[in-house]
Amino acid sequence: MAAHRCSLSALLLIICSLLVFIVADSEKATLTGDHHATAVDNLQTVTETEEGAAAEEPAVEEERRWEETVVEEATADKEDTSAPETVVQSSVPQPKDDFQEELVIRPLHSGDIYASFQFRTLWETDFMRGNKVSHYRLFPKSLGQVISKFSVRELHISFTQGYWRTMQWGQPFLPSPPGAELWVWFQDSVTDVDGTWKELTNVLSGIFCASLNFIDSTNTVQPSASFKPLGIGNVTDHRFLRYATLPREIVCTENLTPWKKLLPCGSKAGLAVLLKSEKLFHSSFHSQAVHIRPVCQDWQCKTTSWELRQTLNVVFDLHTPGQGKLEWSLFKMFSRTLTEACPLASSSKIYIDITDDPQGEQFEVSPATHLLSQAMVLGDRRTFSVYDLTQQITFGTVRSLNLLIRWKSSEGDMLRPLLHAERYVAGYGLQTGEIHTLMYNNHPYRSFPVLLLDSVPWYLRLYIHTLTVTSKGKDNKPSYIHYQPSKDRVRPHLLEMLVQLPPNSVTEVTVQFERALLKWTEYTPDPNHGFYVGSSVISSLVPSIVAMDTNSTREQPLFSSFFPCKEESSYFMRVYTEPLLVNLPTPDFSMPYNVICLTCTVVAVGYGSLYNLLTRSFQIEEPSPGLAKRIANIIRKMRGVPPL
Amino acid sequence: MAAPLTLLLLVAVTVRAALYRSSLADLISERVEVVSPLTAWKRVVEGLALLDLGVSPYSGDVFHETPLIIYLFHFLVDYAEITFMLADVITAVALYLSVKDYNKQVFRKQKYALEADRYPLDCLELIRSPKEMQYIPLKVAMFYLLNPFTILSCVAKSTCGLNNAVIALFVLSTIKGNVLLSAIFLSLATYQSIYPLTLCAAALLYLLQRQYIPVNLRRFSFWWFVAQYAFMYLGSLFVIVGLSFFLLGSWDFLPSVYGFILSVPDLTPNIGLFWYFFAEMFEHFRLFFLCVFQINVFFYTVPLSIKLKEHPVFLIFMQLAVISIFKSYPTVGDIALYMAFLPVWSHLHRFLRNIFLVSCVLLACSALFPVLWHLWIYAGSANSNFYYAITLLFNVAQILLVSDYFYAFLRREHHLSHGLYLKRKDGSEATLVLK
Repeated sequence: MAAHRCSLSALLLIICSLLVFIVADSEKATLTGDHHATAVDNLQTVTETEEGAAAEEPAVEEERRWEETVVEEATADKEDTSAPETVVQSSVPQPKDDFQEELVIRPLHSGDIYASFQFRTLWETDFMRGNKVSHYRLFPKSLGQVISKFSVRELHISFTQGYWRTMQWGQPFLPSPPGAELWVWFQDSVTDVDGTWKELTNVLSGIFCASLNFIDSTNTVQPSASFKPLGIGNVTDHRFLRYATLPREIVCTENLTPWKKLLPCGSKAGLAVLLKSEKLFHSSFHSQAVHIRPVCQDWQCKTTSWELRQTLNVVFDLHTPGQGKLEWSLFKMFSRTLTEACPLASSSKIYIDITDDPQGEQFEVSPATHLLSQAMVLGDRRTFSVYDLTQQITFGTVRSLNLLIRWKSSEGDMLRPLLHAERYVAGYGLQTGEIHTLMYNNHPYRSFPVLLLDSVPWYLRLYIHTLTVTSKGKDNKPSYIHYQPSKDRVRPHLLEMLVQLPPNSVTEVTVQFERALLKWTEYTPDPNHGFYVGSSVISSLVPSIVAMDTNSTREQPLFSSFFPCKEESSYFMRVYTEPLLVNLPTPDFSMPYNVICLTCTVVAVGYGSLYNLLTRSFQIEEPSPGLAKRIANIIRKMRGVPPL
Repeated sequence: MAAPLTLLLLVAVTVRAALYRSSLADLISERVEVVSPLTAWKRVVEGLALLDLGVSPYSGDVFHETPLIIYLFHFLVDYAEITFMLADVITAVALYLSVKDYNKQVFRKQKYALEADRYPLDCLELIRSPKEMQYIPLKVAMFYLLNPFTILSCVAKSTCGLNNAVIALFVLSTIKGNVLLSAIFLSLATYQSIYPLTLCAAALLYLLQRQYIPVNLRRFSFWWFVAQYAFMYLGSLFVIVGLSFFLLGSWDFLPSVYGFILSVPDLTPNIGLFWYFFAEMFEHFRLFFLCVFQINVFFYTVPLSIKLKEHPVFLIFMQLAVISIFKSYPTVGDIALYMAFLPVWSHLHRFLRNIFLVSCVLLACSALFPVLWHLWIYAGSANSNFYYAITLLFNVAQILLVSDYFYAFLRREHHLSHGLYLKRKDGSEATLVLK
């Protein structure tokens, strides 16, 4: 046994070093190729493990039936695995465009409910070709025109209200920072990237009714390593990448309505009927996003198609109106039930995550379904109950589907997320301060590298020489640092670094800054509220939870549990920290005139006294004659008589 | 004379070394009165860190020192404390030597004038004796080295100390009559912070006087000398700027150093007049007032040189004072430099009008700076106007001090030519007025 452990740890060591190598390499263009290779392997393993799982399952529950196809891993983060998976899906003969919709519901350990909508439109077309695409069917025309007009290769935009609490809720399927986030890869044919970016943000601002027009050079950065293209294409020159966040942006109905209009069925049919804004915005967390990227159409990647993915994630806090009895239903959450799938959709499904409760002990789901599916989500193997809305049987006799979950007991603890981060500002007063970023690696024995991206506005002047990275009380020197200092009123600070997180540790990154005094017109209307600093972005290949499970309590076939396989050993993850709210010293806004007058007076005093001394000369003061004498003299002068 | 000076230097160095070791050093180096964005040591270290990261220090807006400073500290960063103490010592010794030389000349001139009977009879009181002039150089060194402003500036490692050393060396070489060195040091000072450019008039006047060339615009010898000096000055400036270009490989430092000084984008509070004025300025008037304020610094050169063409050393003092009051990022280190010259004019004290008031205001303001800063930034119980009010008062006091000395100087000169006890036409005692 000891020998086994030895060999195991040796293997782990090798994998760790391999990981470091891969991530270190990921700044270079080789990344995409690497990814495809791993992803293809990954796919095979998924099927393998599934077989393994399937082999053991029937003994437990005879009547449950596994879904035939591999569940498309739409929900998993895309960069790692999803591209080839979509290939599997699209290898089925199909029309030139295709629309799918799904809803994943996951009861969270905190008692909240996480609902994640995904709508995907695939279209085999080429926006970039000379002839204008004019016939749009499922793909929204407004976005199609944006892609061709601005030569966009990839576009990712998200609007988020609230902060995702990783420690309570686990990992989201699609992470997003509070406020608005926009990142775009342009085609390498674009010459004036900054100009195109400016126009694009203004157009998107109109499409989504958001203040994206506030994106300018002072909050746009070009990350060198953190944001790689998620679709096909191997141009990774970060000159064509623009990334901007607006942490102050408030998301509301006016952003949801245009987002819903991009769907082929609008909010008339399908899952989108649930998206009622009065319920969606009465939640702990709300995030809506649009992702556009080119994907492969077949195995050989001979043809490409455009993928538009609209996602909407929402976390409902059901404790407050629950009054002790914990249950929720589609009707309670969205004040609507489902009656049909979107007729244009080729697939329309609802998944309910029952991984934590395979036996139905903690909660029960009704109506019950026998369709189960399993998928690798964020490095964890999850089991889902599936409701296929294209089948009439799903809606039963009442012709409407109202899913209902009733909690029986609320115990059970969540596996702590392997990677999690938080950030705060330390120090007091309005002169200086220190930004602390804490990154937690909760893996018991594996270290992994993370890429930290910080974009700090120019009015917090960072001092890079005060940068310290410590883990476990020791100095942890980043192996890669990309730093771009700010220019006043032109561009923000950009700090990117690759840090190795030791196992089971907290890594603290601190950097000091100085608060600038701005011109009085540069302050926001409520200057004493403070200024927002966008979230740090932590991107990482995290060792998967499945691979961590060496002392598994689960029944597993012996042949599958000895070597942690490489494909499962890591997955891509992105974590956003809290945005910061920083106060700056303010001038008195009420007295520009007074200040101008007073300062000018002082300068005039200086000028006047020197002028006086420079131009005049000393003379003996003669007593001036009296008034009467002077008048008499004037009269005498007029008369032509000599004065007195 | 060397022994008291050595003792003074020892005391000064000890005080500084003790403060470097104390916990006050960190506190002092953060004070906005002591360091400006141009001279902060923190920013020098940041520039070095950026160089180490392979980023040009001028690509950002944190570092605004000249390339020579960054290369100087590239080698001396571990000996920074010694460098700054040395700079102060050099300044003090240079001022000491130059004032000693200057006093000798003043005395000689006075002797010739006495021999030629040029002074009115009742002016004997105004004649300076060698005895009272003996300790002036030492007092100058003491005023510089033991001035709390200099000590603070040195402990904060403000590069203002280095600029002061360069200017002091310029004064020394000018007074010693070394034309080449004077031009080189002046170009170095200009290279460091533009404003000392205005000192070239004073240097020219002094050197002309020393070489007995009359200031006459129609004389060839005058123009020839001016051309020589300008050539040396511009030549060395060109060499220094070119050297910086070759060290750095780009011209980035020009907008980042000189553009920064002239356009005042950084509104961090300081003891000057610029920060709050331009923070509160209406955007469309900004350029206009920027030009007015910057021209204001250079403007006084011509009238002052005309008025003081016989007294170039006093002109240097006036120029230094004007620069330190009206420059865009002043610190207390700049004030310390012109204040070091005050003992040289100790014979003017009988003509000063409001020295007591001014010194009280200066002392009170110096004490109020940290108090009001604390109230605004840390306690939150005051706002920016409080600190601004103190900077205004401080500057008014400085202006009054300088103009008072100017007045006293002019008045003494007037008395030396017209007699001390002036009478009216009717024989009663007269009062002097400016007309």
